[in-house]
Amino acid sequence: MAEQKPREIKMGRGARGMGPRPKLENPGRIFKRLCAASFGHYKLHMVFVCLGIFLSVLCTVRGTLFMKELVDVYILPMIGQKDPDFIPLRNAIIRMVIILAVGILSTFTYNKLMIYVSQGSLKSIRTTLFERMENLPVKYFDTHSHGDIMSVYTNDVDTLRQVISQTMPQLLNSVITVVSILISMIALSLPLTFVTLFMVAVMLFASKAVVKKSSQFFVKQQGELGALNGYIEEMIEGQKVIKVFCHEGRAVEDFDELNENLYVSANNANKYVNIMGPINAQLGNVSYVLVAIVGAIFAIGNFWGFTLGSLASFLTFNRNLNMPINQISQQFNTVVMALAGADRVFKLMDEEPETDEGYVMLVNAKKDDEGNITESEERTGMWAWKHYHKAEGTTTYVELKGDVVFNDVDFGYTDDKIVLHNIDIYATPGMKIAFVGSTGAGKTTITNLINRFYDIQDGKIRYDGININKIKKADLRRSLGIVLQDTHLFTGTIKENIRYGRLDATDEEVVAAAKLANAHSFIRHLPLGYDTVITGDGGSLSQGQRQLLAIARAAIADPPVLILDEATSSIDTRTEKLIQQGMDKLMKGRTTFVIAHRLSTIKNSDCIMVLEQGRIIERGTHEQLLEQKGRYYHLYTGNQIAS
Amino acid sequence: MFGKLLAQLKEYKTFALITPVCMILEVIAETITPRLMGLLVDNGVEKGDISYIIRVGLMMFFCALFGLFAGLAGGFTAAKASTGFAKNLRKAMYGNIQTFSFSNIDKFSTAGLITRLTTDVTNVQNAFQMVIRMSFRAPFSLIFAMTAAFLVSARIARVYLVAVLILAAIIVTIMLSAMKSFRQVFKKYDELNATVQENVNAIRVVKAYVREDYEKSRMYKACENIYNLFVNAESKVVLNGPVMMTAIYTCIMIISWLGAHMIVNSELTTGELMTLLTYCMNILMNLMMLSMIFVMVSISMASGERIVEVLDETADIVDPEDPVMEVRDGSIEFNDVDFSYYKESEAPVLKDITLKIKSGETIGIIGGTGSGKTTLVNLICRLYDVMQGKVMVGGVNVKEYDLETLRNEVAVVLQKNVLFSGTIYDNLRWGNVNATDEECRKACRLACADEFIEKMPDKYDTYIEQGGTNVSGGQKQRLCIARALLKKPKVLILDDSTSAVDTATDAKIRRAFYEEIPDTTKIIIAQRVSSVKDADRIIVMDDGRINGIGTHEELLNNNDIYRDVYESQTSERDFDKPDGDDKDKGNGTVPVDADKDYKGGED
Repeated sequence: MAEQKPREIKMGRGARGMGPRPKLENPGRIFKRLCAASFGHYKLHMVFVCLGIFLSVLCTVRGTLFMKELVDVYILPMIGQKDPDFIPLRNAIIRMVIILAVGILSTFTYNKLMIYVSQGSLKSIRTTLFERMENLPVKYFDTHSHGDIMSVYTNDVDTLRQVISQTMPQLLNSVITVVSILISMIALSLPLTFVTLFMVAVMLFASKAVVKKSSQFFVKQQGELGALNGYIEEMIEGQKVIKVFCHEGRAVEDFDELNENLYVSANNANKYVNIMGPINAQLGNVSYVLVAIVGAIFAIGNFWGFTLGSLASFLTFNRNLNMPINQISQQFNTVVMALAGADRVFKLMDEEPETDEGYVMLVNAKKDDEGNITESEERTGMWAWKHYHKAEGTTTYVELKGDVVFNDVDFGYTDDKIVLHNIDIYATPGMKIAFVGSTGAGKTTITNLINRFYDIQDGKIRYDGININKIKKADLRRSLGIVLQDTHLFTGTIKENIRYGRLDATDEEVVAAAKLANAHSFIRHLPLGYDTVITGDGGSLSQGQRQLLAIARAAIADPPVLILDEATSSIDTRTEKLIQQGMDKLMKGRTTFVIAHRLSTIKNSDCIMVLEQGRIIERGTHEQLLEQKGRYYHLYTGNQIAS
Repeated sequence: MFGKLLAQLKEYKTFALITPVCMILEVIAETITPRLMGLLVDNGVEKGDISYIIRVGLMMFFCALFGLFAGLAGGFTAAKASTGFAKNLRKAMYGNIQTFSFSNIDKFSTAGLITRLTTDVTNVQNAFQMVIRMSFRAPFSLIFAMTAAFLVSARIARVYLVAVLILAAIIVTIMLSAMKSFRQVFKKYDELNATVQENVNAIRVVKAYVREDYEKSRMYKACENIYNLFVNAESKVVLNGPVMMTAIYTCIMIISWLGAHMIVNSELTTGELMTLLTYCMNILMNLMMLSMIFVMVSISMASGERIVEVLDETADIVDPEDPVMEVRDGSIEFNDVDFSYYKESEAPVLKDITLKIKSGETIGIIGGTGSGKTTLVNLICRLYDVMQGKVMVGGVNVKEYDLETLRNEVAVVLQKNVLFSGTIYDNLRWGNVNATDEECRKACRLACADEFIEKMPDKYDTYIEQGGTNVSGGQKQRLCIARALLKKPKVLILDDSTSAVDTATDAKIRRAFYEEIPDTTKIIIAQRVSSVKDADRIIVMDDGRINGIGTHEELLNNNDIYRDVYESQTSERDFDKPDGDDKDKGNGTVPVDADKDYKGGED
């Protein structure tokens, strides 16, 4: 349970968002693209949404103006009348009810439409993002922190969700509201509009000052939060070590200090955020009071035709104007933050996908009576490379055997730093080739080249005599079984995980593969056997059990070439021996590449390559290498090289 | 749950109490304003009394000022109370975690504990701030506005009351049902992210098996699912707005109608009508606010529960009442010990362990994965408590020792070991805070760590990154051994601590132990036979039981498992042909698996 990789914890919330807001290079462009990505597919929807917002605002404004009518046209004239006639008022109210009903209906409609727009565009953003990500080369994942990639999904897409579904419509609403209120206000009284606008300016100025102050503290708070979270992460990870060294006291002392720091900056940051509301609210009230006083005086003097009813309406407008203006200023921040998120989303989408210029395909094949290979529709158990020769316009078939040749291969993860030099390997079908050497010697790198996770700088790799650059990547990889150093399982049943190697495998084949990998016995002991659901990368299984499943997964794929990269490192030597027997049977007549730090694993290989600093320094069988008394001998016996 | 959380308010209780008071004062100021407004209209505008208008205007202005001060005070105290609350929650949780025993820690996952200390606390902090600011403000505002409305006109206020009740019922129904849907959505949402995470981590597997399209179609289905759930949930929430608008407009229309009649009949003034309309908005808005608080709090409830879980967890290993403060020697005794990690689990991890180890002896332990090796040694320094039987160190039951005394004398180098960010010196001094530089260097010499440290540019002042990512696996293990050696323990336990160290160095370390700390009892768990074959005695563990004890030769003769392990690590031919001329080096006469690179990452 406690076994969690630190990397997984670092992902997600918290780690991101530290430090000041990133500067965006071209916010306008990003905004445009975001709109295209979200609203672009829903143009018709959006037309109706805009229409809905417009209608809804219009009806609300009309409702407020009704105050003026009510007082001026209906109530005041009726006061003092002996037999007041309420019929006109009744009719006016009925008219208003209809107008307001239209407003409510259009509010509902545009909100409802917005759900489909926002959720639909999010769905397409998510799937596009994922599709593009799946197409990225392995190099991308090796050079970017997984936490950062995940953060695009967990944080950035989430921000987009809020912006698309809430902020954007609200912003649109606010803008239309402000504009229509301003127009109505001007219609009612220009001087009072100036009074109101003056107070709006004061309010905006005040908010800006407070925001400036608070964002300073927020940056500080994020820093302190990061420091504390980092410390917590480190200490909780090492909690057992703390216990063993009775280090609890010290751990608490340091924690208290960081905790106190965070408290101070969090307090300051929150303080400024909290006072924003009251300041704006009371400035709004002041604005209200000013309008009330000035408006009252206007109404008494009936300047510019200003009436008591106008005052009633104007005061309501005054109230209603403050809210959207505050919203606009607040949401502006959200939009800027979301644009930063959108930028990261688009950056990930724009990454160069894995290219594939290969054209040689892997097909089911059969031999006709004369021994010629022809393509076959159904699975025959025999495979062939379908090689189309452009120059001659002919197609040849080469049987898939698993013959792998490295010819003077140089490779570097970056062009300026070559990590593998002059690698020559000749692996004929049936051979077991092993790589040994210390960390960083280049063992895993070599296997990354065979399946073209990375492309070589110089030299050639041939597979059954075909340059692997000519083979379609998918087909190349399908012909290679690989068990990786880090075992990764997927959420799903054990059965599904093994079947990952070959999707159409029957249940019997799954069990057979599990038996071969010696996983059958532990699977049987699980509560639901092969239907046991594993989650969290198989966290409930031991490292050894996960490796057994990974081997079963590779075995079911039944590939002509198998690459085992430290595939049995967590399996005890006795079980390993049993697996090896099974594997040897499976791989009879096929090619196997093995990397292992345990030399007993590779001892029976046909050829052992000793790698050091990217070069093959020794090669030969176990016996030959022992005779040489070189590096291998040293590794094997644990002795210094005899001098 | 709330009680337990609130108990952590402590010194911030006063602030937490002042905030609502301030908020209520602010509300009062806000409620008075519309009423003054009405008076201004009735007595000022209608009668044309400008001085009255200015007087009332000033009063309204002071109301705003008063409200501002109350609001500022409320904001300040709320910030102090909520951030202080968060601080205390973190402190209390962290403090409690420090008392946790290994089994307490196992119960929560590491990731779980971290989330509780970080995200969950932030959630609770935000919710708490919202509650002390708004949850008093909104209902009071509602009540005040309602009362004020009743004072102005009971007849119209009754309309509000009815509207509030109906609206409340509808909103609560909508919110409850929406919340249920949202919970579903967020669960699926987490699952979706988990799928992405899996794909990111396992991209090599996906690519190696050419499963990109398969994963894409899975993802597409998951997104489709989320889309449907979200649409469903939001369709419910979207009803809120129209319902609210309907309520407000209905009220306004009714009041207009009623109000007009009442004004004409001189039962109401125009100013009062305007006041009432403002209150109408106030009341219904506050109702909306309340429903939002409700949602916020219920969302953060889950976080609160998780925090309480940590606070409630009591350490199951504590110092005894009258602890023994000295460990006499390094002798160890297991007396018929049974142990299992979970009390209810049927199959014990250790069964019938009886064992005597003399002070100064070197013991090797070997056995397959899950055979109980680590569990056995963890009992010695009381990282776990036995279920049955007893474990004695220096002739005294481990349960009678002061924990710090015991653990300082019994040093364990854990299998999953961790270095902390800081210099090498800092890390070493975990073993002994007062160790001199010379002592640190000596410990490193013993652990064969000095060679590589000397090669580093800053030597012992080299900064180790968090988790020790800038040293290799073997270097990390040697530093961990040196750190344990600095304790100068009477018992030293190495739990597979040299697995990433090459065989030659491993042998050198063992020889150093033999020569330099002969009086220390040494227990070595290893996968490699070569690491234990020189031990005084070797224990073979199998399925939680001791399968055999003896020297290397004895076990080769009479223990099948040991022989099996031995043979699996050597081939028959080499086994018969030990390399004579290396014997004087005291190691490696038998070929073994050299695993210099435990984890051979290439970048």
